Amino acid sequence: MSATFEPQIVAFCCKYCAYAAGDLAGSMRLNYPSNVKVVQVPCTGRVDILHLLRAIEEGADAVYVAG
Amino acid sequence: MATEEKRKDVVGSVMVVGGGIAGIQASLDLADSGYLVKMIEGKSAIGGVMAQLDKTFPTNDCAMCVISPKLVEAGRHLNIDLFTTTEVEKIEGEAGNFKVTLLERPRYVDLDKCTACGECAKVCPIEVPNQFDMNLRERRAAFKLYPQGMPSAFAIDKRGTAPCKATCPAHVSIQGYIALINDGRYKEALKLFKDDHPFPAVCGRVCHHPCEGECTRNDVDQPLAIRELHRFLADYEKQSGEFYIPEIEAEKRDEKIAVIGSGPAGLTAAYYLLKQGYSVTIFEKLPEPGGMMRVGIPEYRLPRDILADEIAVIQKMGADIKCGVTFGTDITLESLKADGYAACFMAIGLHGGRNLGVENEDAAGVLQGVEFLRDAAMGKDVEIGDDVIVVGGGNVAIDVALTAKRKGAKNVTLICLEKREEMPAWEHEIEEALEGEITIVNSFGPKSFFIDKGNKVSGIEFKTCTAVFDDDGRFNPQYDDNACQPYFGDTIIVSIGQSTNLDGITDQGIAVSRPGGLEADPVTLQTPIDWVFAGGDAFYGPKSVVDAVSCGKEAAESIHRFINGLDLTEGREKKWDFVKPDIANEPLKKRTTVRCLDPEARECNFLEVSFGYDEEEAKTEADRCLKCGICSECYQCVDACLANAVNHDMQPKRTEVEVGSVILAPGFTPYDPSKHAYYAYANHPNVLTAMEFERVLSASGPYQGHLMRPSDQKEPEKIAWLQCIGSRDINQCDHAYCSGVCCMYAAKQTVIAKEHSEKDLDTAVFFMDMRTYGKDFERYYNRCKDEHGVRFVRSRVHTIDPVEGDNLSLRYVNEDGDIIEEVFDMVVLSVGLSPNEQTVRLAKTMGVELNSHKFAQTSDLAPVATNKEGIYVCGVFQGPKDIPQSVMEASAASSAAARNLASARGTLTRAKQLPPELDVADQEPRVGVFVCNCGINIGGVADVPAVREYARNLPHVVHVEDNLFTCSQDTQDKMKEVIQENNINRVVVASCSPRTHEPLFQETIREAGLNKYLFEMANIRDQNTWVHMNNPEKATEKAKDLVRMAVAKAVYIEPLHQVSLDVTQSALVIGGGVAGLEAAVGIADQGFQAYLVERSGQLGGNALWLRQTWQGEEVSPYVEALIEKVRNHKHIRTFLDAEVIETGGILGNFHSTVATGGETMTTAAIEHGVTIITTGGKEYQPSEYLYGEHPDVLSHKDLDIAMTDGDQRIADAESTVFIQCVGSRNEEFPSCSRICCTHSVKSAIAIKKQKPEMNVYILYRDIRTYGFREDLYRLARELGVIFIRFDMQAPPQVTKGADDQLSVTVKDHILGRPIEITPDLLILATGVRPNANKDLFELFKVPINAEGFLVEAHAKLRPVDFGSEGIFMAGLAHYPKSIDETIAQAQAAVSRASTVLSKEAIWVGGVTAEVDPDKCAVCCTCVRTCPYNVPIIGPEGYAVIDAAGCQGCGCCVAECPGKAITLKHFTDQQLIAKTVALFTECVTA
Repeated sequence: MSATFEPQIVAFCCKYCAYAAGDLAGSMRLNYPSNVKVVQVPCTGRVDILHLLRAIEEGADAVYVAG
Repeated sequence: MATEEKRKDVVGSVMVVGGGIAGIQASLDLADSGYLVKMIEGKSAIGGVMAQLDKTFPTNDCAMCVISPKLVEAGRHLNIDLFTTTEVEKIEGEAGNFKVTLLERPRYVDLDKCTACGECAKVCPIEVPNQFDMNLRERRAAFKLYPQGMPSAFAIDKRGTAPCKATCPAHVSIQGYIALINDGRYKEALKLFKDDHPFPAVCGRVCHHPCEGECTRNDVDQPLAIRELHRFLADYEKQSGEFYIPEIEAEKRDEKIAVIGSGPAGLTAAYYLLKQGYSVTIFEKLPEPGGMMRVGIPEYRLPRDILADEIAVIQKMGADIKCGVTFGTDITLESLKADGYAACFMAIGLHGGRNLGVENEDAAGVLQGVEFLRDAAMGKDVEIGDDVIVVGGGNVAIDVALTAKRKGAKNVTLICLEKREEMPAWEHEIEEALEGEITIVNSFGPKSFFIDKGNKVSGIEFKTCTAVFDDDGRFNPQYDDNACQPYFGDTIIVSIGQSTNLDGITDQGIAVSRPGGLEADPVTLQTPIDWVFAGGDAFYGPKSVVDAVSCGKEAAESIHRFINGLDLTEGREKKWDFVKPDIANEPLKKRTTVRCLDPEARECNFLEVSFGYDEEEAKTEADRCLKCGICSECYQCVDACLANAVNHDMQPKRTEVEVGSVILAPGFTPYDPSKHAYYAYANHPNVLTAMEFERVLSASGPYQGHLMRPSDQKEPEKIAWLQCIGSRDINQCDHAYCSGVCCMYAAKQTVIAKEHSEKDLDTAVFFMDMRTYGKDFERYYNRCKDEHGVRFVRSRVHTIDPVEGDNLSLRYVNEDGDIIEEVFDMVVLSVGLSPNEQTVRLAKTMGVELNSHKFAQTSDLAPVATNKEGIYVCGVFQGPKDIPQSVMEASAASSAAARNLASARGTLTRAKQLPPELDVADQEPRVGVFVCNCGINIGGVADVPAVREYARNLPHVVHVEDNLFTCSQDTQDKMKEVIQENNINRVVVASCSPRTHEPLFQETIREAGLNKYLFEMANIRDQNTWVHMNNPEKATEKAKDLVRMAVAKAVYIEPLHQVSLDVTQSALVIGGGVAGLEAAVGIADQGFQAYLVERSGQLGGNALWLRQTWQGEEVSPYVEALIEKVRNHKHIRTFLDAEVIETGGILGNFHSTVATGGETMTTAAIEHGVTIITTGGKEYQPSEYLYGEHPDVLSHKDLDIAMTDGDQRIADAESTVFIQCVGSRNEEFPSCSRICCTHSVKSAIAIKKQKPEMNVYILYRDIRTYGFREDLYRLARELGVIFIRFDMQAPPQVTKGADDQLSVTVKDHILGRPIEITPDLLILATGVRPNANKDLFELFKVPINAEGFLVEAHAKLRPVDFGSEGIFMAGLAHYPKSIDETIAQAQAAVSRASTVLSKEAIWVGGVTAEVDPDKCAVCCTCVRTCPYNVPIIGPEGYAVIDAAGCQGCGCCVAECPGKAITLKHFTDQQLIAKTVALFTECVTA
């Protein structure tokens, strides 16, 4: 793994909390790396193992679920 | 019925005052029940105190996460008219028909245009304490109250115009340019100055600065050096060599204007006329332009090049200055007219001197001051002798004297009529004269000149002036001719005034006023000749440059209006009021002195005397500004706002609204402990109030949620909480009541602080009684102690001393009586809830009575009603309380407010008319992508055109565009057209967050005929350009990724159709206690049918034995009347001895079976739209303390009954003991039963009053007389009731002696020894148990907690709802509560039920889960998984999920092992499409 390796990360975020927190980070102009992409879900309960594995299969280096 | 008649003309609208959580809940309930709501909030956004909190107890939910959806809902509701920055001014009329006058303070930002992009705040130079963050950090004057605030718009904080700006004749935004200097934005500052004044450099040297006279700093130390600061701006510009030339923004016009005279008035008029697009020619008699600025002000004060530069700017703007042209000879009005000039401005100045009128004045060597200065300025050789006498005491005289000195005079004597303090010259000029060794002689008037043989002057004789002014203050000098004094000199310069030269003026018919100036209208400056205007010194007499500037501006305005045929006078006389800020505690800051040429170095030269400020000096000086106006009116926000939403000219607005009822929910203010030196709060940064600590903990607070202390931003290791600050305290603050919430919030804060702390945080709470009396609070308290190791110290801290290292030493006495001193890093004061000035004023305006604590006075039996019919209260204004209680009461107030308006329900509400939906199901996807620039919020970081072009090549995309603001009304209209023109059937908007904007865009596409679900958003602002600002390239790439993901999902999305279901407009109420009775009556009064089912044979429940409410209201008359009302109500059907044995159906359409017992069991089928469960509770039956074994051991119920019956035992008793917490707060039943302390204290008072000599003891653990109930506790102690505290580890021992004498032994916590009491009566404060209703609860699938109480949908915001839609609760079945709280909750249930029952039909479906019967294996996983108990196994043999109940969370979908369930709009295909798209580089053409 080279020092410049930048993982691609998919984040499944509950629209009521984690997604809102993502927006708040924006309102507060906090900086974080751009290689995190958020997918909004109605509840983290909706997230299926299938979604996580499929993301990894497609090329995600990490997946996280936040809610 | 008469009332029926009256109700016909009631108004179907309710006003809710207060936008906190109570006001929001009341508004939403009403708006959802068919009433139009006028919601009034004083701040710029709703949300109240709850929005400021970090977490909420007892669930530790994030307060903002919980309230935020409610904010959006209230902010966007079609039937809530939100009035922010508004107060109620007046109310007239009566219940059903109120007329309310509202006063809306200007926001200075147009709500319809503001997109909340925040550019205004970015450029705003004014920093003020951020009150939302409890002043722990600063915000700008252009601000959004908090990021999630609704309306989602900025506001500008103004106190009024600053005194400096108001006083400046030219009304320059002085505070504005000073703020910009502070910010280092010198160019902008100069530009701002030049918006109102073309001569920053000239006036920076010569202005008499009236502004400094009003500067608030005067009252602190010395005024700001306002003049020097704008001089600095001009000097800074000159140094840079680049001069700002104001842009001519108006279109070039054909009209030509002539200006006669190139002094400050003429030049200023030209400057503003040029800006308006006119051609301007200035005619000047002298060889050089500038008027008095050029020839009246000496060069050492105003260097020539400085003036020339500023005139050159006006020339560059297009002014044609023709010098050496004399009006009256070279040009005339007639010739100007002939040359096509449309208007003429006469600003010819006062260039003539005035004569003394004494003998020999025409002698050689007698000069005129004005002429002398002019000749000197024009470089003419002026011959003067060695001894010069100047006659006059004004500024001109001083200039003359100093100029004479510089021209070589050896001795210059200035002689004037006035005394030193009467001299008209400005003080600083007089001082400069003295510095220049001018001799000043006062109180002499000239008598005659001495002349020599050659008719040359040699001196002047003066007579003593005894008085200059008469008693009326008029100039009327009196002399003593006998006291004369000769002065000798070779040159005498007369400088006693100026006159204008009217040669060639009067000939042209130009009117002349009586004092000898030009005649014109004082406001419009128009002369009797309509196209000729006059101004400047020639019009109003000698004044300063800035007055001329002001006049020139007015002239330009008049001429513009004249040419355009507009009314010359309309709106001209503006009043300039100002407000000064409070300057108490303002630290002193010395004025920065200006460096000047040494007096010696000034001799015989005309070098500029003052050096002005350098950059550092200017910044130091600018920093002294007190920001009087808050907003400085620098207008940077106006330029920054691309949506043109900022408008500084907004005025307060009065609106009259008509409403049927009013709900007051104005809330409270956290207690301010700063006035008590004892708390060390005001002077020590590490003593915080609990509200401040909430902000410290908050992720959006000043420290981003990192636990730090203010003094040094260090993480504290030891924090103390001090309870009852501003509560239960009549010694310090006169707040006798208990604030009801502080014990719990302190407990919560200890836990959250520990969570936030990286180290092992030591937390200690110093308290008197721990009042954790709410649902699940006691458990929380126990967890704090047992699991989190929070120290709860029962002690009142008596000394807080600041010690080394910014720490605080606390001294207190522990329970063993030892004095302990302990040092903490930080102290949090658990401040109480206080009424405030605004709430008291509001009550007065509304005519609402307050209680002795200044909260609204209400009755326990009508807890939300005030003394004024039609006006209701809720929230903390009604009394201190927590959020769920406030929410409950809000709903109660809503139903109370609606009760008399039922006939007008739905008359004022609005509904949207929509076009029919297009059927696109079979069409190939045609995606339209709209990329937003969000002003520069997105476009300023990411390359929006590149994102747009990228989107063009994504599959199925048929249209792309980018917009400045996609959410603006015009873009929305355009979007609809574009959708129709291009047959777009899927819409993707790449902009901000779907949380705030998805509903808006969905509405738009629906209006374009598309199903609202054919929409997808890419969040390229909040989650992209705002967090990747420093990396525009990556932000652009990520925006492309997000758009690609959104388009990929959009291709798969389908229209979803909601179906309409008719609502059965009736309610089933189960339980016939007070809660059930109140609920039934409330429902029936709204005109809906209620079915009341009671298990026993009698209505009334516990209220049948209850004597009095805690405030002393008799319960039995109330409950009897209530039962009577239920029996007779035409809309209520009661079933006694009955139980519900069957139920089914969904929200709006339930059907149940009620079985009525008795000899013949009968059943009745009931159709109902909602269900209200009020199955109540009962008293705990003790097995301890000899209950049931000894006749004199009574429970609370026994005591009430005994008292009602006049039981002789009470009268006979010599000694009575109460034991608290019987059956509560123990292992078996951990909850506090909430009501027992009050009941014991109240009963003790009653007994003590009946027989004062009786010994009454209350043995307790914590006295929990929350809220105003604390008054009872205090009264009991005053009456001599003895309170003895015991520990749970050592409970009282009760035994029975041989003669049946009761004996109670308890360890006294003060004596530390056991004491024995032998009471005649022992009263057990028995706790509350819910009634056993296992079967019923299972039937309705409603959850209960470990103690058997019903579990609400959300502990904070849905305290009467169940997770299952359409079922509500009230009363003791939910949790122990007093009768007033039960009534409120029952009324709340009515309100919640009305949101369903008021609709004839409801829409169900949308984002819901659907089962594929073919795949369902009936494993019941979904049934078990669903948090809302929606899935059932249907009669067909597979799982059925009713769309009406489904909340769309998708838990069942993820859990279903057979993949038989699909969540619409979030299908696997759609979600996976997003991730696939993320990693698939699009093949672009």
